[in-house]
Amino acid sequence: MTPEQDQTLDILYFAWVRERIGVAREQVTTSAATPRALVAELAARDDRYAAALADLGALRVAIDQTLSDLDASLAGAREVAIFPPMTGG
Amino acid sequence: MARDICLLDGPFDPGAELTAFTAANPGAGGVVSFTGIVRDADTGGLQHMEIEHYPGMTEAALADIRARACARWPLSGALIVHRHGILRPGEVIMMVATAARHRADAFAAAEYLMDYLKSRAPFWKKEVTGNGAAWVSARDADEDALDRWDRPAQPA
Repeated sequence: MTPEQDQTLDILYFAWVRERIGVAREQVTTSAATPRALVAELAARDDRYAAALADLGALRVAIDQTLSDLDASLAGAREVAIFPPMTGG
Repeated sequence: MARDICLLDGPFDPGAELTAFTAANPGAGGVVSFTGIVRDADTGGLQHMEIEHYPGMTEAALADIRARACARWPLSGALIVHRHGILRPGEVIMMVATAARHRADAFAAAEYLMDYLKSRAPFWKKEVTGNGAAWVSARDADEDALDRWDRPAQPA
């Protein structure tokens, strides 16, 4: 699948990203080639998304449940999660 | 084979886990364990803590962290138990245990498990006090702690 082609992704949000956006998961059809492009696209939707996704440095992403770089390829991805730095342990 | 990864939505007994883990590793010369406990909020007045996680990825991340530790040190066993959901002050959040022939391997592997759990397992803590709720911020020191494991291993 080329990145320019639209694909449908399950997007999951956790912790304060989830609270600010107001949903835990949704389906998005997008041509974004990377998580960085996807986040920019989502942030442009409305004020809630903009507030949740404004600070890229405070966000981590996982592609298909594997921690990934913001510039990784979304080609063939099914699930993308966006969340703050983890605080387990 | 005793359990090696365990994700729980309720309390557990770290003593019982450690006893079972030790019994399951009869060849080990040493067992090291760490238990994490809910402490009060920095501002005081903690009513409870909520731990959110990413079902599916959490289990995979814990298994991956455990496998990395087992590949790096000659362990006869490694255990990770972590809770999610609502926890009260003083309750046990999580534990790790490692078993090896020699204590240095068990200590190092337990620290490695903890360092990776802090920053690479998808858990998020929220503290609820009388003044409201606040997500716990990640500490730079936790991220920095991972760097030391990227250096070449010291000779044993």
